[in-house]
Amino acid sequence: MTGANSFSVSGYGPRPAGWTRLFARDSLTRRLDWPMLLSALALSGIGSLLVFSATRNRTEINQGDPYYFLIRHVMNTGIGFALMVGTIWLGHRTLRNVVPILYGISLFGVLLVLTPLGATINGSRNWIVLGGGFSLQPAEFVKVSIILGMAMLLSARVDAGDRPYPDHRTVLQALGLAAVPIMIVLLMPDLGTVLVLVTIILGVLLASGASNRWIFGLLTAGIVGCIAIWQLHILDEYQINRFAAFANPSLDPAGVGYNTNQARIAIGSGGLTGAGLFHGSQTTGQFVPEQQTDFVFTVAGEELGFVGAGLIIFLLGVVLWRACRIARDSTELYGTIVAAGIVAWFAFQSFENIGMTLGIMPVTGLPLPFVSYGGSSMFAVWVAVGLLQSIKVQRPMSA
Amino acid sequence: MTNIPETGRTPRVQIRLVVIQILVLSLLGTLGGRLWYLQIREGAQYQKEASGNHVQQVVQPAVRGSILDARGVPLADNETRLVVSASRTDLLKMKDDGKAVLTKLAGVLGMKPADVMQKVRLCDAKTPQPCWNGSPYQPIPITDEATPRQALQIRERSEDFPGITAEPEAVRRYPSPGKANTAQVLGYLSPVTDDEIQQAKNTDSPYLRSDQVGRSGLEREYDKALRGKAGVTRYEVDNLGRVIGKAKSDAAEPGSNLVTSIDSRVQRVAEYELNTAMKKAREQFDSITGENYKADSGAVVVMEAKTGRIVAMASAPTYDPNVWVGGISAKDYKQLTGKDSDYPLLNRAIQGQSAPGSTFKVVSTAAAVEAGYAWDGGYPCTSSYSVGGQVFKNFEGENFGPISLGRALEVSCDTVFYGLADQQWKKDGGINPKKGQPKDYFYKAAHQFGLGKETGVDLPNEVTGRVPDRQWKEAYWKANKDAWCKSGKKDGSYVEKIAYENCLEGNKMREGDSINYSIGQGDTLVTPIQEAMIYGALANGGTEYVPTIGKAVISADGRTVQEIKPKVKAKLPVTQATLKGIDKALAGVITSGTAAWKFQGWPQDKIELHAKTGTAEVYGKQTTSWLATYSKDYTIVMTIAQAGTGSGASGEAVRNIYSALYGVQPDGSIDKGKALLSTPQKGLPKVKADGTIASPKVAKDPVKDLQKAQEQSTTAPDGTQPAGTTPSPTATNRNTRRRPRKRGSRRMPT
Repeated sequence: MTGANSFSVSGYGPRPAGWTRLFARDSLTRRLDWPMLLSALALSGIGSLLVFSATRNRTEINQGDPYYFLIRHVMNTGIGFALMVGTIWLGHRTLRNVVPILYGISLFGVLLVLTPLGATINGSRNWIVLGGGFSLQPAEFVKVSIILGMAMLLSARVDAGDRPYPDHRTVLQALGLAAVPIMIVLLMPDLGTVLVLVTIILGVLLASGASNRWIFGLLTAGIVGCIAIWQLHILDEYQINRFAAFANPSLDPAGVGYNTNQARIAIGSGGLTGAGLFHGSQTTGQFVPEQQTDFVFTVAGEELGFVGAGLIIFLLGVVLWRACRIARDSTELYGTIVAAGIVAWFAFQSFENIGMTLGIMPVTGLPLPFVSYGGSSMFAVWVAVGLLQSIKVQRPMSA
Repeated sequence: MTNIPETGRTPRVQIRLVVIQILVLSLLGTLGGRLWYLQIREGAQYQKEASGNHVQQVVQPAVRGSILDARGVPLADNETRLVVSASRTDLLKMKDDGKAVLTKLAGVLGMKPADVMQKVRLCDAKTPQPCWNGSPYQPIPITDEATPRQALQIRERSEDFPGITAEPEAVRRYPSPGKANTAQVLGYLSPVTDDEIQQAKNTDSPYLRSDQVGRSGLEREYDKALRGKAGVTRYEVDNLGRVIGKAKSDAAEPGSNLVTSIDSRVQRVAEYELNTAMKKAREQFDSITGENYKADSGAVVVMEAKTGRIVAMASAPTYDPNVWVGGISAKDYKQLTGKDSDYPLLNRAIQGQSAPGSTFKVVSTAAAVEAGYAWDGGYPCTSSYSVGGQVFKNFEGENFGPISLGRALEVSCDTVFYGLADQQWKKDGGINPKKGQPKDYFYKAAHQFGLGKETGVDLPNEVTGRVPDRQWKEAYWKANKDAWCKSGKKDGSYVEKIAYENCLEGNKMREGDSINYSIGQGDTLVTPIQEAMIYGALANGGTEYVPTIGKAVISADGRTVQEIKPKVKAKLPVTQATLKGIDKALAGVITSGTAAWKFQGWPQDKIELHAKTGTAEVYGKQTTSWLATYSKDYTIVMTIAQAGTGSGASGEAVRNIYSALYGVQPDGSIDKGKALLSTPQKGLPKVKADGTIASPKVAKDPVKDLQKAQEQSTTAPDGTQPAGTTPSPTATNRNTRRRPRKRGSRRMPT
C-alpha cells in the first residue's frame, strides 16, 4: 500500500491491483456490511445442519443418500453467494437500468407455472420442474423484481430532484406494476407469497414517501379484501383449514392441526439447550411434516433448544437491523426503497415462518430466509443481500 | 460508521424508516418471547408429549417357572411348541409391505397366502376376523403348530424370510407324574384380563395381552415368582410407526422354579386311596337313610408332623388341570363350575369344612384340663346325659362307669364331655352369664388350637372354619333373626320350631349348644388342613406349624435359592403331661379303640400310630366321616362327606398310605427298600449347573408298583388285596351316632 493511495477516492484514483485493492482502506470489501454478511452466512450454515438433520433418515425423499439434501443446500448457498457477489459487482444502479427486463423475465416465469409445465405441490401450482431433481419457484424472483421495479418508478422523479415525494400517478403506476404478478400468484394459488408481496408493497410505499392516504388506503383495502376473500369463498378449503387449525389445533388434530401440534411439541420439548443435533426424537421420527423447508425452525427448536433457536432469531435480527440502517443511510431514494422493500420481505417471511411453527401465525408455505431448504428462495434472498450490500458500498455505476 | 448520508430525503421518509425498524425488531422480540414461553415455561409438558409420541414398548414374555415336587419331579412345567411369527415392523420396511415374503412363508407352512396375510393385518372397525388384535410392534404368530422341518427351513434361510421368526415357545403343561394329578393344589392359569393389563401397565412387570395368570392353587399363590419378569424393549418409532432406534431394553427374566414339599408318589397314593375309599363307601349300606352312602366328596392331607410341610394333598372329585391349557372350552368350563357340576375346582382340603365330630375331643380334653379337671379323675361315662328333659345319649347306650380323661378320649365317651362342658356352662352363669367375662374354657381352647381362622397355608382362598362361641352366636343371630322370626312357628315342623327357638334366644349360649359343642357337633366347622395342623402338633410335642407346600423358590439360573422355612404358628395350650396322656389315649384308639378294627396286624411297636375317628352329623345328609391320625413323622387326615364313620370309610385308605410311606408289608413286616418316604424328605433336589433341577426317574404309577410288590410278598392264599384284608366292622363302632339333631345345621360345601 502506498501513501498516495490513501488519498485516493474510490473509483477515481489510480487503482491498485489484486489483493491489495481488495483490502485497501476504502476498498469495496472494507465497505461491505460485514455483520449482515456474516449473519446471513451463519444462518445458511445453521440451515444446512438443520436440513441435514431433518432429511438424513428420510429414505423416501432423499433417494437413499443421507447427504442428498445437505449437499444441495450447501450448493444452493454457494450459488446464492455467487449471485450476491455478481449483484454487488453489477451494482444496484446497473440493475436499475435492466429492471424492465428482469420484471419481464419473472412475469414470464410465473405465467409459465400456470401452463402444463408447472407442477402442483401441496395444493399450490407454484413450481417449474427443470428435471434432474431441480425445480424453480418463479414467485421467489417476483419478490425481487417487484421491489426493483417499484423502486425504479417511485424514485425516478424524486432522485432527479423534480419533487420531494412520488406523485399519485407514479404510485398508481407502481401499484399496477406490482398488481400483475400478484394476480398471477393468486391464481396458483400461493397465498403466502401474495401476503409477502403485499407486505413488500407496503414497505416500498412507506419508504418512498408516498402520501399517507395511499398507505391507509392500502391497509383498508387489504382488510376489506381479507373479509371479502373469507366471505366469498375464494380460498380453497385447505387454506381455510390451515388458518383455522393455527387458531385451534385441536379442531383438526389428525389433519392440519397435526402439523401445528407436532411442530409445537417439537419446539417445546427442546427446552433450554435442546436434545442435541441429530438427537431430536420428533425430528428423527419425522413427526413434523415439511421439516426441511417450511418447518425447519422446529428442528432448531428441538435439537438446539432455546439457545439455538434464539440464535437464529438473533441473526435474523442482525440482518434486518443492518438492512434498516442501509435504508436510512442510502444517498438516494432508490436505494432506500429497495432496502426497505427487502426489510419488509425478510421481516414478514421470518415472522410468518417462525410464528407459524410457534403457533402464533397461520400455517402458510413460506420458507425461512437462508435457513429453509429450497434453491429459488435461497437464490432470491442472496440476491437481495447483494442488493443491500451494493447500496451500502455505493458502488458507482460501472461503465 | 461510513457514509454520512447526503440524501435529499425528507423527514417523513426518515420517520417512517425508523418506525419500520422498530416494528421489525419488535416482531422478532415477539418471536423470542413466544419461543421462551414454549421452550422454557412449558418445556417440561411438551417433553412429556414428545416422549409419548415416539416410544413404543415391545414385551418379550418370560418363561413361566416349573412347579416341582420334593424330589424335583415336575408337577407343572412347560412344553415347547414351534411358533412362527412375523414382525410387522420389518414387513412394512419392504417395498411390497412384505407380500412376497408372506407368500413364500405360506408355501413353506402349507397354508394359503391369503390366510397368512389376514393373520398379519391389524384389526380395526372395518377389518373382520381373522386379524391381529395385539400391539402392532409385537411379533404376530402365524402358527403355533409348525413342524421342526418347517421351522428349520425358515431359520436356515433367514435371508429369504426377513421379519419371520420360528421360535420354540413355552406352553404350560401339567404332566401328572406317576399319575399324581394334584389338580387343586397346582391350580391353573387363565388369560389376563383387560383390567389387570391396565393395572400392571406402568409397573416393572407389565402383562402381555397373551399372558396367562395364575388363578388358583400354587399357580396363583406363587404367581409373581413363577411368572418372572417380561422383557421390555422400548423402541423409538417414527410417525408411521417404523422403528428408528432402540431406546431401552431390559431382557426377560424367566420365572423361578418352585420346589414343593409334595412327593408325587405319595400324592398319587393319597389320591388313589381317597378315590378307592369313596368308591368302597358307596358300596356300603347306610341303615339310617336306607340307601348306600353317597360319598360325594372328600379330602386327604399328608403332612410332615415336625415341620408342617404338606407331602400330599388330595381333593375329590377332581379334574384334569390340562383342560385349562390353551384356553378352556365353554363346555369344559361349565363342567368345572356349572351349577350341576360337583365343583371339582374346590380344594376341599382347605376349602371344605364340616363339623369335626369326635376328632374335636382332643380340644375338649385340653380345655377340661385347663379348666382344672384332673387327668385321672373318675368321670362318669354313663349311657346318657339328661338336661332339662332333653336326653343326650352315649353311643348305643355304652356305660363304662367312672373313667379318666384319657380313657374317655380313647373310647370316645360322649357323656364324660357332656358333663364337663355342662358344668362349665353352669359355672359361667348358664344362659344369662354373670357380669364379667365368662371363662368359656372350651371355646377358648378351640381358638388356642387355631380353629376359626385360616391356618395360613400357602394356597389362596383358604376358609376359616368356625368356632361357635358367644360372639359368633350374637353376630349370626343378628344376621338371621329377621328370617327366623318370620318363618318360625311354635308348633310347626321341626325346621319351623328351630327357627322359632332361634328367633327367641339364638343369640344366647344355650345349655344344649355347649353340650353338643363339646363333642364336635353343632355349629363347629373345621377344615382338613386345620385338623392336620392340630394333630401334627400333638405328634411333635405341641408345636403348631403353618402348613406349607412351597419349600423353595429357585431362580431359573439356579443361583439364588430362597428357602421357605417352616413357621411356628402356635404352641398348643397343654402341658407335656397332658400331651403324653392324649398321645397314649390316641395310640389306644389304634390298638383297642374305635379304629382298632382297621389296624389289626399293624406293627405298632415299630411304627406307633395314633388316631381319632369322628363322625359328624349333617342335617338332611349322611354323616361326614373323619379320621385324624399321626405317626412320629407324619399326620394324615382324611375326611369323606356322606360316607358314614371315620374308621369305616377311611381306615383302610389311611392305613395304606402309612404302609406306602413306611414300607409296611401286609404281614406286618417292614421293608425299608419299598418305603416311599420312611423319613420326611430333607434338603432340596439338586440344582444342575445350567439351573435346571435334577429329577429322579418317575415310575409310571407308584400305586401299581406297591400293589405288585405287596402281592409278591404276601402269603395270603386267598389272593385278596392284602391291604384290604381287615376284619369286618364290629358292632362296637362307637363313633357312629344317630340322634335327631336339635338345630339347623350347616353342611360341608360340595
